[in-house]
Parts: sequence; structure tokens; C-alpha cells
Amino acid sequence: MSEDTALQRVKFYQTGTHTVGNRLMDEDKRSVQSSIDRSNAITSGHRACQGCGEALGARFALDAAMRSCDGNMVAVNATGCLEVFTTPYPETSWQIPWVHSLFGNAPAVATGVAAAMRRKGRAQTKVIAQGGDGGTTDIGFGCLSGMFERNDDVLYICYDNQAYMNTGVQRSSATPPTARTATTPAVGEAPGNVFGTGKNLPLIAMAHNIPYVATATVADLHDLETKVTRAMNMSGSRYIHVLVTCPLGWGSATNHTILLARLAVESGLFPLFEAEDGAVVRTQKIRKKVPVEDYLKLQKRFAHLFKKDREDVDRIAAIQKMADANIDRFNLLGERSAP
Amino acid sequence: MLKQIEGSAAVAQAVALCRPEVVCAYPITPQTHIVEGVGELVKSGELENCEYINVESEFAALSVAIGASAAGARAYTATASQGLLFMAEAVYNASGLGLPIVMTLGNRAIGAPINIWNDHTDAMSMKDAGWIQLFAETNQEAADLHIQAFRLAEELSCPVMVCMDGFILTHAYERVDIPTQEEVDAFLPGYEPVQVLDPADPYSIGAMVGPEAFTEVRYLAHRKQMQALDLIPQIGTIFKDVFGRESGGLLHSYRTEGADTIFVAMGSVNGTIKEVVDAEREAGKSVGSVSICSFRPFPLEELKSALKGAKRVVVVEKSLAPGLGGVLASNVRMALREVPLPVQTVIAGLGGRAITMKGISEVLHAAENGSLSDVTFLGLEQAVIDREIARSAEMRHAGPTAEGILKAIQNRPAAERSKAS
Repeated sequence: MSEDTALQRVKFYQTGTHTVGNRLMDEDKRSVQSSIDRSNAITSGHRACQGCGEALGARFALDAAMRSCDGNMVAVNATGCLEVFTTPYPETSWQIPWVHSLFGNAPAVATGVAAAMRRKGRAQTKVIAQGGDGGTTDIGFGCLSGMFERNDDVLYICYDNQAYMNTGVQRSSATPPTARTATTPAVGEAPGNVFGTGKNLPLIAMAHNIPYVATATVADLHDLETKVTRAMNMSGSRYIHVLVTCPLGWGSATNHTILLARLAVESGLFPLFEAEDGAVVRTQKIRKKVPVEDYLKLQKRFAHLFKKDREDVDRIAAIQKMADANIDRFNLLGERSAP
Repeated sequence: MLKQIEGSAAVAQAVALCRPEVVCAYPITPQTHIVEGVGELVKSGELENCEYINVESEFAALSVAIGASAAGARAYTATASQGLLFMAEAVYNASGLGLPIVMTLGNRAIGAPINIWNDHTDAMSMKDAGWIQLFAETNQEAADLHIQAFRLAEELSCPVMVCMDGFILTHAYERVDIPTQEEVDAFLPGYEPVQVLDPADPYSIGAMVGPEAFTEVRYLAHRKQMQALDLIPQIGTIFKDVFGRESGGLLHSYRTEGADTIFVAMGSVNGTIKEVVDAEREAGKSVGSVSICSFRPFPLEELKSALKGAKRVVVVEKSLAPGLGGVLASNVRMALREVPLPVQTVIAGLGGRAITMKGISEVLHAAENGSLSDVTFLGLEQAVIDREIARSAEMRHAGPTAEGILKAIQNRPAAERSKAS
């Protein structure tokens, strides 16, 4: 790693044993962040909210990506929180070449970057595109599907915080049922987002038969790094869908960012899996199954389900049913397979 | 080399001679033949070192070009009509990011009602997007403008749209002198981006800019266009040195010396207007014409001096600003703001309606005898208009639709229908 690239030495923020840095683990098990020589995609001083899961997810994902290609990469960004909080002119937090064009075109811009790199004899330069769930599952969906269909050599990472947080918490097609958002207020007979809507983009991505699809969360950053690293060592279209907690939009405590992401996984609501060429190849088993209430109760966006006088038993049960269906579908309680 | 060739094929060959490195393709009539032509050149190996990307929409087409250009590749795409509007957001973005993308626009009307034929509504919708807009009068000029467009775009770091009339030029077989690769290479150096996505020298391109700097950014976009006013004629001169013919420039004047009436128009209609000018000059009328090649930047000073001495200006334009009148005419009036010269506009050729020599001659005569109104719709079927106004007056006030109009006409009793016609 040379000094003149975007790679730079950065100070440690984490202390402790098994916190995010994993500094006390064996060297080969440590995460990227625990190395003093770690790469640094997004430098400190950006303007994300306290406890922002997206800032954490993006940092770990891109630092891992940088390590796997020795910093020889370009990042394309959709409009959204990540773009706004990292690049208020004249400042930028990006240590890597980075381009933002529009809300809905990050996959297509990335296609163009990858094509240019091939023609410029720089095909070894890796291209990563990133967007939030709005930019990915909604407005950028057509471009993303086109990119998958052509199998362009791009790793696309979606940071899913389950609504349009940058514009003030409006519903996206990744917003879970019953969640309160600014456009699905907690009023009326069925408060919050309606049931039976939304898109499961990892499954849609798999249906394109692209080389690699994975889900991850900020609760297990080592797992996120592993998946990013795996994807970086492949070519063609790759997709990683990362659940990132949004304290502002979810109405959660800033110190619950990691906990909530973990509960989403442990309840079965957010299954962790990897798929290659359209078929699931690995799943992460649930260590200790928790009821969905444990996850929902910590967030104000679901508060209307737990009114003192009238708990919404039916809809909580319906959410539990969703979680159980995921557990069945991906066999999340089954025997652990070899890693 | 002289060839009898379709306009689209000539443009495809001219673009290929410019050695684009990324070409994005999405079909839309009447542009399709261009990307088909480039595609064949790439597939056959005639155009080397070029990525040909088939995309899922015009929005993606320009977005791919944006990524490719930002990464240092010479990028090209083509579109028309609804396609341009579908990519509108990216059109503004490409100029805002200062990316020298070249795009052909096969000019076509915009629906509803859907119409695939030529007019300039599409280009006019993007007139303030920060792109340079050059209008070709002939297929020779269309081919030549593309070669100049890449040089212009790359010297300024600004995207350029080459507009050519759909069908009238794109599908017409004309004699075109296709330059040699050596000539084009001598004229057009390789693309050296001023900002590029390079891990060895990382840039953040496309940052968020607040009120404290946005005005300055927009001012600089304006300044760039003003610079183009100088650069376009310079590049035209160099082009003439290398290729031996005049093509492009800000505008072309035709027999304007001593002319009382001067027509102003853009694109292929100038061919018809020149024929009328010749015929009327034969008949002793003092008439000339000016063809605007560079619509953005708009050559205010050059147009003012080209129209000097005229008694009246008649703008013939293939677009309409509903609620105002002519789009080109309002730009021409800007050029003549200090000159007491009447500017009248003739809205003609919308949705591909033919503009005939007879029609232009009638306009000229009306202008000369003072009976031409400020906004005239050439060949307007007044009977149809009157019928529809009368019909809609009887209906509840809702938006009329093409289907509704036809249905109402069909539902009328046969006797009444024959009476009306």
C-alpha cells in the first residue's frame, strides 16, 4: 500500500475485545478496521447522523473492497444520505475516485465507468456502485436490472434503511409492513405501511442469474467484509444488500444501531444468505431465535403496534409469520453448514 | 470520399472516424439507423477499441455515457424526441458535471398525440440544459458537425448535441464526402479529460453544492457557452484547413446583401428557403436568409450584424412555445433588442408537415404587404380548428383529447358530417 494512493493510516476509534475492530482476535480473523494499515475509503469528519448504520456499512464495505484490490477502484454513488453527508462542497470525505450523477442512474453510470476502464486498458480497476433502498429498489430499479441483465462488471451495494431517509422518512418499496413513515402515517384502520407490498431485491437480483448476490447487516461487520471481499474477487454483476439501521427514520436509540441489525437477523426478518448464479449457496444460521416483538419494540416506527390499551396482536403475528417463513425458506435454524 | 449515402449512415461513419471508446445504444425513431450503423462498424471490427453498450432506456444510455466520460473515455450516444425527454435529468447532469459527451439528436415532435415525424420541439425542450446545440442544414454538415463536436466538447469540457432533422436528413440519401481516418486524426486529438476517475489521483465528481456556490457554478456554465461563441468559428476555420470545405460555424448568411426581408431558420428547411430566395431574387425581390447553426450558444452579435439593413425579419421555426409563440423568434428578438426591426414568426412543419416553396413564398408576400401576423401557423386548417372550438364549447370543460375529438366527429350524424366538410 503506497502513500500516494487513497490508502492511508488512520487512528483507531474502537477499544475493547470483540467490538467491531476485533483487535484481540487472531490476525487472520481480524477485520479490516483492526489493522493500523487499513485502507480508508471515507475519512472522518463527514456529516452523518449519530449512530448512522449507512455510514458504518459503507465504510466497512468500501474499506474491505479497497483492501482486496489495493485501492484500485472507483465508486459510483446514487443520490441519497451517503452522497449528501460525504460531499458538501467544498469538502469531500472520499479518499477514492468517486462520482455521483443522479438518484436513479448509479448502475448505468457504473456500467459506463467499467466500459471505459476496459477500453483504457485499466480493466483491473474495480467498479463499485452504491445507493440506498430508494435509489436501488425504486427509482434506479430499471437501470439496475439492465446492469444485471448485461452482467456488467460492477459490484452494486445497496444500503437498505427501509425508507427515503434523506428526504424525511417517506415509504420506499423496501419499507416493511406496518412501519410508520411520513407517507404511511400511523393512523386509520391499518396504521403504517400496508401489508403485501414491497420488493425483495436480493431475490430479484438472483432471478437475473448474476454471479453473486448476498445479504449482510451492520451487526456483523466481519461477515460484511467477507462478502464484499468475495464479491470483489469475482467478475460480472454482483449485488450485496446491506441492512443499515437509521436511528432518525426508525426512531431508535443511537446506541441500538448494531443491536437492531442483529435482532433483524436473529428474528428471521432479515435472512443472511449468499447466492451464486441464481442459487443460494450459503446461509447464516440464527444463533438464538428471538420473537419479532424484541426487534419491533425498540423502534418508534412500530410503536403503534404496541399501544397500552390495544396491542395489535394480529399484525404482530403476521410479521412473525413473515419471519418464520424466511426461517423455513432459508433453513435458518437447521444444521450449520461448513463456512 | 464521395458517397451516395443515407444521412444516418453518414453520421455513423463520421462518428466512427472520431474513434469513440464507449457508444451507448437505445432505439428510437428516427435515430435508430445511426446506432445500428455504429453497431455494425463495431461488430465488424472496422471501429476498433470501442465498447458498444446496449442499454434498457435513454436515461441509461446517457447515464452510461456520463460514467464512461467521467472515467476518461470518449463517449457517444444518439436519441430523439421522447427519448431526449426521458433522459432529461441526465442531460442537465452531463453538462453540470462538465463531461464532453457528443450526442446526435434526430429531431422529432413530442407527443401527445404521438408523432414520429420531424420538428424541433425536442431540441427546444433542452435548450437551456447547458449543452452546445448545433443544427445541421444538410447531411454533409451533419457528418462534419460531429467531427467538430468532439473537438469542441473536449476543448471546453462541455457536452455537444448535434441536431439533424428526423427523416428529412436522417433517412435521406444524399451525396456526402466522408473524410478519411487520416484527416480526422489530424483534426481531432485524443480525449484528455480535465477531471477523471483515477485511483492514482482520486477526485470526487458530482458533490453537493449549496447556495454559497451554486450561482458561481451556473455562471461558469454560462461563461463556457460564451467561450464557445469564439471557439466554434475557430474550429470551423481549422476544419476548413484540414478538410477543404466550410461546415458549421455560428450561422450561414445567404444572399442577405441589400435584402429587405431576411428569413431566419434552423436545419434542413433552409434548403427550401434558399430555393425560394433564389426564385424571388430572380423575380426582383430583395430577400435573403440566415441559417442558425449554433442555437446554443446563441450568436446574438453575429445575427445582429447578419440582419443589418433588413426591413423585416421572418423566422421560420419548427417549434412552438404555447402561450408565447416562437422559441427561435424570441431568441432572434433578443439579438435585435436595440434595433427597431419587426420580427415575425412562422410556426411551420410541426410533426412533419411539409414546408413547401409555395408556402414560404406566400409568407414572404404577406410579410411584404404587411399582412403577416406576429405568430403565423403555416398551413393551419382553420376549418378543423373552428369545428373543434365549436364542439368543445358545447362540452363540459375538461381537457380535450385526440381520441375524444375523433370520437365526437365520428358520432355526429352522417348528414351533419357531410355538411361540415
